[in-house]
Order: sequence, then C-alpha cells, then structure tokens
Amino acid sequence: MSTIVKGLYYAESHEWVKVEGEFGFVGITDFAQHALGNVVYVDLPEVDDDVAQGDEFGAVESVKAASDLISPVSGTVVEVNEKLNDKPQLINEDAFGNWIMKVKLSDPRELKELMDSEAYEAICE
Amino acid sequence: MKQYDKLIFEHSKKGRTGYSLPENKLPEYSFKAIPVALQRSLETGLPEVSEPEVVRHYTNISNRNFGLDTGFYPLGSCTMKYNPKINEEIAALPAFSSLHPLQPAETAQGALEVYYNLSQSLAEIAGLAAFTLNPFAGAHGELAGLMIMKQYHMKRGDLKRTKVIVPNTAHGTNPASAMVCGMDVVEVQSTPEGTIDVEALKPLLDETIAGIMMTNPNTLGIFETEILEIAGLVHAAGGLLYYDGANLNPLLGQCRPGDMGFDIMHINLHKTFSTPHGGGGPGSGPVGVAQRLVEYLPNPQIKKEGDRYFFVDGKDAIGSVSGFAGNFGVMMRAYTYILSLGKENLRQVGELATLSANYIKESLKEYYELPIKGICKHEFVFDGLADKSTGVTTLDIAKRLLDHGYHAPTIYFPMLFHQSIMIEPTETESLETIDEFIAVMKKIAIEAIEDPQTVKTAPHTTPVRRLDETTAARKPILRYVDLLNDTPES
Amino acid sequence: MHNYFPQTDADISTMLQRVGIGSMDELFAEIPESVRLRKDYDLPSSLSETEIREFFAALGDKNKPLTCFAGAGAYDHYAPAVIAQILLRSEFYTSYTPYQPEIGQGTLQYIFEFQSMISGMTGMECTNASMYDGATATAEAMFMAVAQAKKKNKVLISATVHPNVRAVVDTYALFKGIEVAEIAEKNGVTDKADMEAQLAIGDVTGVIVSTPNFYGILEDYSGYSEAIHACKALLIMHADPSALAVVKSPAEWGADIACGDGQPLGMPLNFGGPYVGYLSTTKDLVRKLPGRIVGATHDVDGKRAFVLTLQAREQHIRREKANSNICSNQSLMALYVTIYMALMGPEGLKKVNELSYSGAHYLLDELVATGAFTPAFDQPFLKEFAVRTTLDVQKLQSKLVEKGMLGGIALGSYKKGMEDCLLFCVTEKRSKAQIDQLITIIKEEML
Repeated sequence: MSTIVKGLYYAESHEWVKVEGEFGFVGITDFAQHALGNVVYVDLPEVDDDVAQGDEFGAVESVKAASDLISPVSGTVVEVNEKLNDKPQLINEDAFGNWIMKVKLSDPRELKELMDSEAYEAICE
Repeated sequence: MKQYDKLIFEHSKKGRTGYSLPENKLPEYSFKAIPVALQRSLETGLPEVSEPEVVRHYTNISNRNFGLDTGFYPLGSCTMKYNPKINEEIAALPAFSSLHPLQPAETAQGALEVYYNLSQSLAEIAGLAAFTLNPFAGAHGELAGLMIMKQYHMKRGDLKRTKVIVPNTAHGTNPASAMVCGMDVVEVQSTPEGTIDVEALKPLLDETIAGIMMTNPNTLGIFETEILEIAGLVHAAGGLLYYDGANLNPLLGQCRPGDMGFDIMHINLHKTFSTPHGGGGPGSGPVGVAQRLVEYLPNPQIKKEGDRYFFVDGKDAIGSVSGFAGNFGVMMRAYTYILSLGKENLRQVGELATLSANYIKESLKEYYELPIKGICKHEFVFDGLADKSTGVTTLDIAKRLLDHGYHAPTIYFPMLFHQSIMIEPTETESLETIDEFIAVMKKIAIEAIEDPQTVKTAPHTTPVRRLDETTAARKPILRYVDLLNDTPES
Repeated sequence: MHNYFPQTDADISTMLQRVGIGSMDELFAEIPESVRLRKDYDLPSSLSETEIREFFAALGDKNKPLTCFAGAGAYDHYAPAVIAQILLRSEFYTSYTPYQPEIGQGTLQYIFEFQSMISGMTGMECTNASMYDGATATAEAMFMAVAQAKKKNKVLISATVHPNVRAVVDTYALFKGIEVAEIAEKNGVTDKADMEAQLAIGDVTGVIVSTPNFYGILEDYSGYSEAIHACKALLIMHADPSALAVVKSPAEWGADIACGDGQPLGMPLNFGGPYVGYLSTTKDLVRKLPGRIVGATHDVDGKRAFVLTLQAREQHIRREKANSNICSNQSLMALYVTIYMALMGPEGLKKVNELSYSGAHYLLDELVATGAFTPAFDQPFLKEFAVRTTLDVQKLQSKLVEKGMLGGIALGSYKKGMEDCLLFCVTEKRSKAQIDQLITIIKEEML
C-alpha cells in the first residue's frame, strides 16, 4: 500500500503539488516511485525555466524504465532539488519528503484541475 | 578451470611491447617538425603488454562468453541461426579484404559484382525492385527507409505528411527511427489476438500520414492476415507501407513483402541471412524499395551497364547514411549464405523454423501461460509461468536457464504482456536440442513451485551472478581510470 | 537436406504430430493464397563449398589489389597477426549483445576496455560502446549538441571536414530539421574569422571540426573552444584515433565531444566496411550519449563485473523520446581495435605515426623534386597531404593502377578549383622502396 499525504494536490500522472503562498513544490507520489523501481537518475529542469500545466518538465529514470515528469502547474522554476543529483534514491526512500522543483505559480486557479488526496487514492486502486 | 577476471590494464608494465614494426629508413624526416602547439602532451593510458599476454588475456575472457556456437539461443526477434564457417573464409579473402573503398571501379569489379548480385538476390526474395546495402544495421535501415518515405512525399510536393503509424506492439527502434527522421508517431491499437486492429486504423488514415511501419509476422509471431486490406487502405490514403524485416525468417519460401503491398523494407543480414551477431555488431540493414522509389536510395547507388558495375550518386537520393558503402565484409557473408542454400533450400527455411517454434509452444503450453493460441510463425510469446503463485518472474526463469547452459529467450518484450518470454528456435536446431530445452523449461517451471528460492536467486553456476545494475546506473563507472578511483560504497 | 538443417524426415514427422497438423504447408494456412509463393525463387541452385570457393576465386580475379598510397578516410595501416585469430574465437563472434551479463562478461569486458582506451586517446571522460562508423558518429554528435540546448537548432561545420562525413551530417540534419552552415576554408584550414562571424549571428549549438582534416593537415584550434563556449555551444572534434597518439587530443583543445572512425587502428580496408565509429564526451553529457554503454559493478557475491548501463537512454526504453534510434554497435570491430591498441601500446602507436610521417614527408619531397608537383597548401601534416600537379590527373592515376599502385585520390570531384590536385597518404606499411617505385613510375609517365 502506497502512502498518500493529505493536503496536497495530485495529478493523474502521479505528480503532487504542495502549495506554500505563491509557490508550489512538485514531486512524484509513493505509488509512482514504487512502479518505477530503483531510481537511478532524475533529469531536473533548470532554474528560470518556464513550465506549463500538462507539459513535460523532466524525467525520472530507473534501470529498465524512464518516465517523463508532467508538470501539474504553470509558472517559473525558482529552485530545483540538487540533492537528487547525487542521491536519486531519495525519491524511493521518501517520495513525498523529496520535492523535485519549486515553482512560482503563474495561475493558482489551475489547482482546481487537480485532485485531492481522496480522489487520487481512488485512481490508484 | 580457474576463474579469470583481469582487465588488460592490469597486465601492464612499463617497457613491455606487443608490436612489430620495421625500423625507420627515413629518420632524417623528423617528427619534431610538427609544431609543439599541435603535439599531444596528455598520457594515453594505453597498457604496455607483450604479445603472449595479450593473447592469453583475450582468450581467457572469451571463455567468459556464451556464443551461438556454444549452445542454444532461443532469442525471439533475433533469429540466432547457425553462422556458417565458409562465410568467414570467403569474407577474409585478400582479393576482397584488401580493396580500398575509393579505388577505381575497374579494379574492384569483383567486389562491385558481389554488391550488385546480393542486392538483386534480396530484391528477388523481398519481391521489390532494388536494394541498397549501405545501412549498417536494422535500426539504421529503418532510418534510411523512413527518409525514403519522407523524400517520396517531399518530391511530390506533399509536405503535410509528417506522421508515421506504428502498432503498439512495435520494437522500440520503430518510433525512435521515426523521431530521428523528424516524423511524429501515431500508435494504432492491437486486437486481443495481437494483430493490428483495422477498425482502429481506419480513422487514423488522413492526409498527414506518410505511411505505416509494421512487421509481418508481428512481434508476437502472428501473421497479419488483414495485410492486403491494410495495404489497400494505406495506399488509398496516399501513404506508403514500411516493412520491418526483423521477422522475415518464416517468410522465406512462403511469401514476399513486396507482394503483400509493402513499398519499403529493411532486412537484417545478421538475422535472416546468417551473418554473425559479433557480440552486438557489426550487422547490416539493407533497404529495399518498390520501383517508384528506386531513385531515392542513399548514395552511393550501385549500377550495372552491360558487364560493368559501378557506383553513382543519384540526384534524387536521400543523401548518404554511411561514410562509404556499408559493411562490405558482412555482405560477403550473406551472399555466400544465399549461394550455399540456393533456391531449393532457401525455400525450406521458413517452414522448418516455423515448425520448430510450434513444436516448442505445444510442448510447453501446460507449464507456461500462452496468451495467443493457435499456430504461430517462427516465434511465440509466453506470459510467464502458468502457475505464478510463488512469485517467480520471467527474469528468474531466464536466469535459471543460464545455469542449464542456455541463453535465455527474449524477456519483457513485447510489452503487451507483463511477463513476456519470446522464443524463436530458428531452423538450425536439432530435435534433440529442442527436446532437451523443453525438458529444462519444464524442470524450471516445476522448480518454481517446489523450490522457488533457487529460481529467484539464479543464476548459480555462471562466472558472475546477478549484478547490481542500480549502482551501475546511479554511479556510472565507464572506464578503467574511474574504476581505479572508485571507492567502495558503504 | 542441406548441411545447415539438422531435421530428418523422421524428426519432421515427430514435430508435425506434436503440433497436430499433417504437413508443414498447414503452418501457413492463414496467408492469403494470392501472395503465397508456390514456386522457387529466381535464384541459382545451391552451391557446395568447393563450388563456392571456385566461384569467389573467379570473382576475386576481377579485383585488383593495389599498393596503397591513398587515404581519404580509409587507411592502410599494419594489422597485427594476433587480431584475426582472436576474432575467430566463436565465443566472441557468434555471441549476441550481452543483455544477459552473467554469460556475456567476455563481451562486456572488452567493450569496457575499448571505452577506456578510446577515452584515453581522445582525453575525454567517457566513451560509448561504439557507433557504426565515423560519419554516423559525427551526425550523432550533432544530435547531442542539439539535444542539450532546448531552443537552438543550428550547427556549424568546417569545410575541411571529410566530404563523406559532411554528406552524412547533412542528410541526418535535413530530415531531422537541423540547420547546418559551413565555415569557410582558407589555405586548407578552417577560417576562424568566418566561424566567429557565424557564431555572432547566434542560434549555434555545436561546431564540428576535424583533426587531422580532410587534407591531412593538422589545424591549430587555439581559441576555438573559448569562442564556442562563450556562445554556449559545444565544440565537436572529429579525430583520427591513430593520429591522436601524437597530435593534440580533442580534450586538450577543449572539445566537448570527440567522434571519428577507428578504422586507422589497423583495421582492414575491406572495401569500406565494417569499420567502427566512436563517440566520447564529458561526464556532464554522458546521459546524452546514444547507443550502448558498459559500466563496472559487482555481483551479489561481490565479484567485479561489467554490465550494459544507462539503458534508460536507449530506444528500447525511451522509444520516440530517445536521442537516437541506434540499437546495435560494431562490437566485434571494437574488439579488433581494442586488441590493436593493447598490442601497440603508447610506444607502438607513436612509432606507427613516426614511420607514416617520415614516409609521407619523403614522398612529398620526391614528388616536388620531379618538377611536376607542388604542395597544395603550406600547412603541417602528419601522413596525408594534397599536391597540385601539371600532369593529367586521370592519365597519371591509370598509369599507376596499371603498375599495381593506388596513387593519390583525385580531389576534383570533392572540391571546386582542385581538379588538378591529388591527396596522397603514406603509412608505416609503405617501404622506402615502394615510395621510390611510385616516383619512378611517375617519372616514366612524365616522359
């Protein structure tokens, strides 16, 4: 059973967003890391990149698979989690505790398009 | 025998030499005349070893390898058939191997005749008008073939056709080749039987479609019986049909891609035509086309006038996909094979390969899950064990097979099934070999229930056992100096 | 039954019975009759081995092996006797790609050694498991440059890069939608001012140059990497790996990617193939490298072992999102050059270049001394050089061929204004006597 964290917004493609003021922290869910297996590399976006809801912003690789990361929000990347360069396995150890990028949200109304934790849990069944 | 695991660098000792070169009879032409700014000052890091050490080293590491000459290799989609030794002898003939690619055509008529004759023989087998032998591998042939498809439309002034349809069962090189060619991929769904769903195909066929890329039999070993209808539909929509020749083996003697309506195809000489896989290459991926596409073949193009053979650059060619004209040494081998088999025996390849595949399928279908019933072609897919209750996976079965002296079949492809095991015996395996393989597969299936741990921790008797692929990908060590500097993970 | 088919009639009966059919014909029942082949191919009948040997002996007589004074991308360097023997070990040549690493340590290990040695020769931090050839490797290097810059789509290539390499780069670029612009040549070398002017226009993500260049000249690339990096582009250097034993390496020039063909490392000319491409780069760009890569690791018992790694980049996983469609490499040819480099070592490779250098410079002097040749360019070269001649190029080449020699390659079909030029190459295989003979024949032609 994967853990789900309440209070976050979820995308169907298994990314989560934690909103703090005008910023959103984006990562992938426990369900996603479990499906991928041992994460060996995270292709991080660059600071100042623009991201759009529904568009690719990076990728996560395991030994035998690679998964595109789809941004659940639109905005500008202000920070990326550099720790993932040396230790991509942090995503396996704690998917919710290790965000991938921090985005300055350009349109908080977009969050309406995302799911809450109950709705996400339902699609994972 | 002792386990050997040294790298050549670990035999290096300053002052050792392994080369044999004459003395310089022109020492007055000093090297030092090269400006210092253009000279190298970095160490090369090459080892210094003697000739006997080099020979012993590479002989010993060859013993850590399993070749087709060692044992059975039922790799689905790879057509691991016997590599005839006469091919090696002919390919090494100095009259051919010493030829410079740019020497005048008059001095290479024998080599050019080989190129021409092979391309014509392949055209006859394929049911197409002409072949280029320049592409170096199957994926390379796919790329050249798609370039030809795109060129055809561009020359007709039809620039809207930017998409290629690919079945969802396709090999990864298909969509990748489309991408490299600057085309978009549209996937078409398969029926539960694994063939292209013609009803799903119809709505996709519009004026943005350059063509469809498929193989027949498909990657599940099933013949696409709707192929004539598919060809009609695609042609009517203005597109071309591309045939991925990886699965050509069962069709030898039975039917020809050109007759089925394919306009372009590639052949893998290292699959269907017995040239060795070489540990991963060199291969050769000739591309054949229907008459209306001949002028688009890549440069250089082979021509024959009377008794004379020569290369030309065609003005409507897609350009070049190779520095010279392809892997000539591989062509020599394939041509020798075709001559050796001749029309009588080429005719039998398809049926013998297909019979062997069906025999294995029927013999093991109680022990492994068979998702697609009925007669298959040269290969078929199991979806893991029939009894999966102990959690033994396809990976475990593959590793346990290594303990028994077999190379595992193709695993986890095609992706339509989660525990795919794809088996292709080819026509060069004896019934005894096949029966022994069947017996071992049964034994493993039983062991998976009675002693699952042994299967899950296999292999046990190979030179190395299961590898840590995760660390290899997280912290890549790709050369010797990095190995020296690597500190063990805590 | 043919000697490659083990099945007897009895075996076939047994198999048919298990499958539950009466004849092999039933295996293909679903193939529409309209496309079913009911006759033999229009091909010759089977030949026995004896007949095959005779057939190829006759074909071989239609070829004329020549004493080689030509290069232009295919070099007649010495092949140590050891290599052919090792390559005939069937555990090497009949094996498949080592996707089951436990039984493929032989292949994986030699590829690791290949990667290590080529990294050493180029000075770069990592190398993949080989490419098809130098021309396609250069095209893939271009793809890497375009992949690492999200919005830029233009690559510059020097006019002094081999035209055959250029043709492949142009073809790949055309279909992928990449813009390729040429940097002019000046006196046989890249025109640096022209490169800088084109960089200033913007949008450039990669610059391709060659060492030695097509004319055999050793170019001075000082200042190139600085200018290119200032524009956030990559320097791609196509390099002859044999020459790299003595000439400045791509890494020393500040290159980001090195590519080329391993053929000069003692590989047979073989009428153009199989050769072996290589592609090397920095650690930062390793995940952009196409093709297979072997890495070191351990097994469950702690034993050192090698494995195909970083596979998530490759086509069988990324499919249309991969940077390349390449599946196979030239594995056995990588083994060839690995054994070559092991035997030659740093001293042997230096000596190969020294002998080639001496022979080439001697030949140039002798050609000039005939009065009918002048150097086409006043530039430093290693083993290959271009000359202008007052003699009829076609006639000269025919005369040489008649006497069993392959003279310089005529440059007229490659370069405008060089219809009276030839590109000669001398390797360590050419003795002083052979060079003298070449000169003698030329002098006869002049009479």
